[in-house]
Amino acid sequence: MSSVAVAVAGEPKVDLEQARAHGLSADEYRRIEQLLDRTPTFTELGVFSVMWSEHCSYKSSRRHLKMLPSRNELVVQGPGENAGAIDIGDGWLAVFKIESHNHPSFVEPYQGAATGVGGIIRDIFTMGARPIANLDSLKFGSFEHPRTRYLLGGVVGGIGGYGNCVGVPTVGGEVMFDPAYNENILVNAFCLGLARKGELFSAKAQGVGNPVLYVGSATGRDGIHGASLLASAEFDATSESKRPTVQVGDPFTEKLLIEACLEAMKTGAIVAIQDMGAAGLTSSSSEMAGRGGLGIELDLDRVPLREAGLTPYEMLLSESQERMLLVAERGREHELQHVFEKWDLHAVVIGHITGDARWRALFRGQTVADIPVAALTDEAPIYDRPAAPPATPKPRITASQSHPAPGEALRRLLDSPNVASKRWVYRQYDCLVQGNTVVEPGSDAAVLRIKGSRRGLALKVDSNPRACALDPYLGAIATVCEAARNVACAGARPIGMTDCLNYGNPERPEIMWQFVRGVEGIRDAALALDTPVISGNVSFYNETEGHAIPPTPTIAIVGVLDDVTRRVTQFFKRPGDKILLARTSRPSLAASEYEELFGATSETRLEPIDLAREKALLGALVAAAGQGLISSAHDVSEGGLAVTLAEACFNSKSVLGAEVDQDSGELGSADFLFGEGPSSVVLSAAVENIDRLRDIFAGHEIECVTIGTVTERGKLKIGSAINEDVSELWQIYEQALPKRLER
Amino acid sequence: MKWGVVSFPGSLDDRDALFALRDVLGQDAISLWHKDETLDGVECVVLPGGFSYGDYLRTGAIARFAPIMQSVARFAADGGLVIGICNGFQILCEAHLLPGALTRNRSLSFVCDWVTLRVDNSKTAFTRAARDGELLRLPIKHGEGLYVAPEDDLRAMEERGQVILRYVDESGRDSDESNPNGSMHAIAGVANERFNVFGLMPHPEHAVEPMLGGDDGLRLFRSIIESAS
Repeated sequence: MSSVAVAVAGEPKVDLEQARAHGLSADEYRRIEQLLDRTPTFTELGVFSVMWSEHCSYKSSRRHLKMLPSRNELVVQGPGENAGAIDIGDGWLAVFKIESHNHPSFVEPYQGAATGVGGIIRDIFTMGARPIANLDSLKFGSFEHPRTRYLLGGVVGGIGGYGNCVGVPTVGGEVMFDPAYNENILVNAFCLGLARKGELFSAKAQGVGNPVLYVGSATGRDGIHGASLLASAEFDATSESKRPTVQVGDPFTEKLLIEACLEAMKTGAIVAIQDMGAAGLTSSSSEMAGRGGLGIELDLDRVPLREAGLTPYEMLLSESQERMLLVAERGREHELQHVFEKWDLHAVVIGHITGDARWRALFRGQTVADIPVAALTDEAPIYDRPAAPPATPKPRITASQSHPAPGEALRRLLDSPNVASKRWVYRQYDCLVQGNTVVEPGSDAAVLRIKGSRRGLALKVDSNPRACALDPYLGAIATVCEAARNVACAGARPIGMTDCLNYGNPERPEIMWQFVRGVEGIRDAALALDTPVISGNVSFYNETEGHAIPPTPTIAIVGVLDDVTRRVTQFFKRPGDKILLARTSRPSLAASEYEELFGATSETRLEPIDLAREKALLGALVAAAGQGLISSAHDVSEGGLAVTLAEACFNSKSVLGAEVDQDSGELGSADFLFGEGPSSVVLSAAVENIDRLRDIFAGHEIECVTIGTVTERGKLKIGSAINEDVSELWQIYEQALPKRLER
Repeated sequence: MKWGVVSFPGSLDDRDALFALRDVLGQDAISLWHKDETLDGVECVVLPGGFSYGDYLRTGAIARFAPIMQSVARFAADGGLVIGICNGFQILCEAHLLPGALTRNRSLSFVCDWVTLRVDNSKTAFTRAARDGELLRLPIKHGEGLYVAPEDDLRAMEERGQVILRYVDESGRDSDESNPNGSMHAIAGVANERFNVFGLMPHPEHAVEPMLGGDDGLRLFRSIIESAS
């Protein structure tokens, strides 16, 4: 059916060239003309360009994401809404999601990171959940790169500036430095909220005639084309000039929005609610209508504006932050307006739901856009892009002339920014607000108590781009397993995950191959560990002038402790406790920090992880923690066993030592000392618990051997290979970031 | 005893203070709204932590003009007990209910950490359950906690015993290293001359259960309860 929409005075002419400037291909432009049966207006072209952008439409990834398992008996909401939700017992739902804000953070680190945090928090309270915890996964270039310190300071400042002010604790995360991210950093933000069972909200419009309310900050010109031109294209020398496409955050208004929305939800007058994120008013209105199979009509003259003179194009594409769109029950809009007035927020009726399945925008009494809703949502293009492995595999890191003695290697590893304490970062984040944090940053996983329940939640975000660069499939599996293992080390049963898939340009077959293999890896691991993927995000085009980042799927896993008093940290507790090593395979130096610092020791490749045995290891850890048999548990990751043992000694209450004396030929080998898994955990336990602990692991058919003893002498002794003063090691570990940043 | 916890737009730790008072200490605690003028007969007013009005102009500078602050000033003038935590301390300074001011941390960064504090005057309504020289472990989380006042005023405050809490190391000594924000005289908490208004940067409401990392915050709340009875 043909429709009529009029051009706004002074608008540019619409043709193929204009469409290309909007990031649309010739095919896509032709398809728009067919769908409308006419030439689009400039306003409509803008609307199509954002809705059909990679960022909003998932056009390259959608068909592959379908293979991810997203359901089991605990999943209440899978992908499709603003965030996923999973039943954690006692009438509570954990609502969580992770999202990228990579390109904005590279162009403008403080505001880019801040609005990334703000956006993900809105996704959570939109669902009717109170946001209770944030995590962040950050990737920067090497410290030698001139922009790294500026970017790190800006991103950490932005996360703290927003998260601290909005009152959601940042309880954990990860930070990595690698030259592969010199020209394209990654900022992935995760948020988790709690909702009561049966009280989730949806972004599905219902009820023809129901009013549409605009809530929150006024609309300005910031963020226009953030989704299409910034997030859905590669970087080049002109990227700096895209700074105006980065939004500006206002955490104070977001805090008011959280309280006002949660209060408004209690009135029962809200039919549907969605935040105005990427593509702002356009995406929120069309997606809500699309989910309900309905139409929507917006009267743009009623949109609250920060300044006069915005065109319909600008209003519809603005990504001004801290705005929400609500569908209210007809006749009850005043109840909602009353709540928002209490919090000094705008709540204006700007349109209504229609039954004609069209997305229509009116301006000064004329229709300036009239598009079938489905053309913007379900019928957006989907591509099956060619995928092929690279013709020539990546060259291996070459071996250095000589490898240092083990003690020296340990000290250099603890001084590496990737291994070293991230205290400089997390000390700038409020991790305590809301009073639920029972394991603070610095241990394997953060643990939160749930007030009024015995249960607790453990959270961890992980990635392993070096492993993914060697093998995108096995690397993705290793990433999922590592996140799950960290959660299990805290004593929690992993129950679900969210993924943020950071890759290069999907129009290149080798990148598409990395992506598809990564999704296949996540699928296989999620199935084996029964941790469904309940939400997620894809970030393509992470490359600058043809250089792509390594494939970086970031995985956040949430686990449940039935009894939060049984939580476990990574730190040794008592001298005399036995140290045990539980593992499912031999350690390997492939993709390790040791290899990065000192070069490859031999031709290495990733060892596949036996997923059934990984699941058994997780089961044994959770069972042993649940019976109170474990004093500490620490996953062997960056830096390998020697670093893991050292970190376990860094107990802030008292410096402890460890003596590893197991009579084994392995003790002196670099593989054993510095290999990074897969699937190894260092435990400590009181002598009287050792037999029961080993029975549990034997019952799960997992090797768990005593390798040493916790001592009070403050020495880390590993056979005859390593004999170091723990206080000195700790000093190196704590000073590595400050000394590089405060010089 | 009846407590009132004020919520300004942007207050964050108001819910935590209510939880500590109601759920941990079993107190009768009500929420007071910034637009109201009544204090509803409370015996102690808590100004909680957070970022009132986003701290956009200057910390606490806008909150002092909230309608409820006139009532809080009258309540304080009549000898009522008022405790301001973090942002609440900043608001009390802006409202001139406490001397001095709180400025940007020496590091120029927000800092979240557990610190050791020494009680330097245990004869007040806020510290009577503690001993002089006793050490408390409480968390701080602020970007603007550097306490400043003219040196002459500080000397007079010290003589009168208005400096109630000081940042110290684990052995109880104050040093440059144990001062997390660069506060003058390592000041973490001060009272007014009448000792009925108290402001502190550390967060007692976040240290009320061993599970949360410590419960030394109870010492301050219990002091107030003892004082009222």
